[in-house]
Amino acid sequence: MTNNVSRRTLLKTTAATVAAGSMMSFSHLAAASGHKVVVVGGGIAGSTTAKYLKKLDPKLDITLIEANKDYHTCFMSNEVISGDRNLDSIKFGYDGLKKHGINVVIDHVEGIDAAKKQVKTKSGKSFAYDRCIVAPGVQLNYGAIEGYSQEVAKTIPHAWKAGEQTAILRKQLEAMKDGGTVVLVAPPNPFRCPPGPYERASLIAKYLKENKPKSKIVILDPKEAFSKKGLFEDAWKRHYGYGSANAIIEWHGKDAVVKVDAKSKTVTTASGKQVKADVLNIIPAQKAGKIAEVAGLTNDAGWCPINQKTFESTIHKDVYVVGDSSIAGAMPKSGYSANSQAKVCAVAVYASLSGKQMIEPSWVNTCYSIVAHDEAISVAAVYQLNAENKIVDVAGAGGLTPGGDAFNAEMRKREVQYAYSWFNNITTDTFK
Amino acid sequence: MKKIYLPVAAALLGVTLPVLAVDRGEMLANSCFSCHGYDGKNTGGAIPPLGQYPASLIVSQMKAYRDGTRTGTVMNRHAKGYTDEEIELMAKYIGKQGQ
Repeated sequence: MTNNVSRRTLLKTTAATVAAGSMMSFSHLAAASGHKVVVVGGGIAGSTTAKYLKKLDPKLDITLIEANKDYHTCFMSNEVISGDRNLDSIKFGYDGLKKHGINVVIDHVEGIDAAKKQVKTKSGKSFAYDRCIVAPGVQLNYGAIEGYSQEVAKTIPHAWKAGEQTAILRKQLEAMKDGGTVVLVAPPNPFRCPPGPYERASLIAKYLKENKPKSKIVILDPKEAFSKKGLFEDAWKRHYGYGSANAIIEWHGKDAVVKVDAKSKTVTTASGKQVKADVLNIIPAQKAGKIAEVAGLTNDAGWCPINQKTFESTIHKDVYVVGDSSIAGAMPKSGYSANSQAKVCAVAVYASLSGKQMIEPSWVNTCYSIVAHDEAISVAAVYQLNAENKIVDVAGAGGLTPGGDAFNAEMRKREVQYAYSWFNNITTDTFK
Repeated sequence: MKKIYLPVAAALLGVTLPVLAVDRGEMLANSCFSCHGYDGKNTGGAIPPLGQYPASLIVSQMKAYRDGTRTGTVMNRHAKGYTDEEIELMAKYIGKQGQ
């Protein structure tokens, strides 16, 4: 701390120091490095936290445990489904993190003992930690739709966790006859990637228009509105005849799918409507990743309450929950949010281990959605912590790509290129 | 309250002074890296990297985006989220200094 620090800061710091006095022994500070950190989950949140923590303190002993040897990003997976990119282009390994000095263990975490500060894996290993970061993403709540299950998802994919599921849906679309109906069942709030189902519908419509023009896609949605609805519907009208007799894309809201007959690929809605699909994509309701539930980190709604300044669980001390599983105020459950939260969490964990002071956090989010050839739309936000320790939008910032009278085709085209560039950069920021 | 230097106050109380975990500039600049490339280095595509971008230009362009004198796709929406001081702090951390 320099001498020219303001008097106001001095007073605040003194108060904080006094308050924390008894906990701040010198030995604790001296032992800032060499602590053990275990990260559970190697998606966007877990990988970014590990990488940024190592950057903050190279002496930290960081182990990241992930069930799969590769990770497929959920973002841009809709382009794999529409045939605009291949599956390998969204696949990322862990060599980058290893090069940064992070121990990467491919194993399945089965338990977190918050009292003993230990993580246990399926292969019988146990990892002691000083701080544990839990980043398991979402868990699909198959039980919310009668007849749907993990087993059924092998033929009626959710494709909401990218990889094999993405490939199944792509294959089914390719095999579908022209004149077929694709049914996309959208999930209730809150769920991973709020504009994702509607970007997917847009890109499937693009594929159908170009390859199987007599076909259509029908979205069945429990919600009455969705992310970027106005911009999506405008794009659907211009590109896919939305609202007309020849619409390639239809959206039916406020009527949840409650049941599926897997054999005939027929879904039934709460109002009793039945729709038969040739290709059926069910994105079910979601909750925090299973390990968060098993470790007792979730609330009654199935998500993880945290101190929104630090991402430390309000249930278990020294355990942090970051990414989709966490209740992070106004932030949506997006890959971008997970990456942004991870950086704040890394600083908080570093602060708690080094005895340094956590600073005022700052977050951002941008979600691009590709809606047609050469057209993307986006929603952006900047976030801060309010006086009640909640993550809120910075007023006046963020918002949507301009539409209506402000529509600009050239701007939409640039947003596609920015989406691709963002993809390259965020995956490097996270994994490399 | 009698004016007293903080290190003296800390010594009297027998505690060590907490140091900030990171500068605010670093916290703010971390947000830039998600789109503009880790540590200011780009890995391809239309978004400009910021590591070699003159700090003074980051400041003037962020303010121009915010005030509407420069149009953009998404940067004008992001820039509105920051004060002059925050823009200067992030530019100091991320941009090429002295330019």
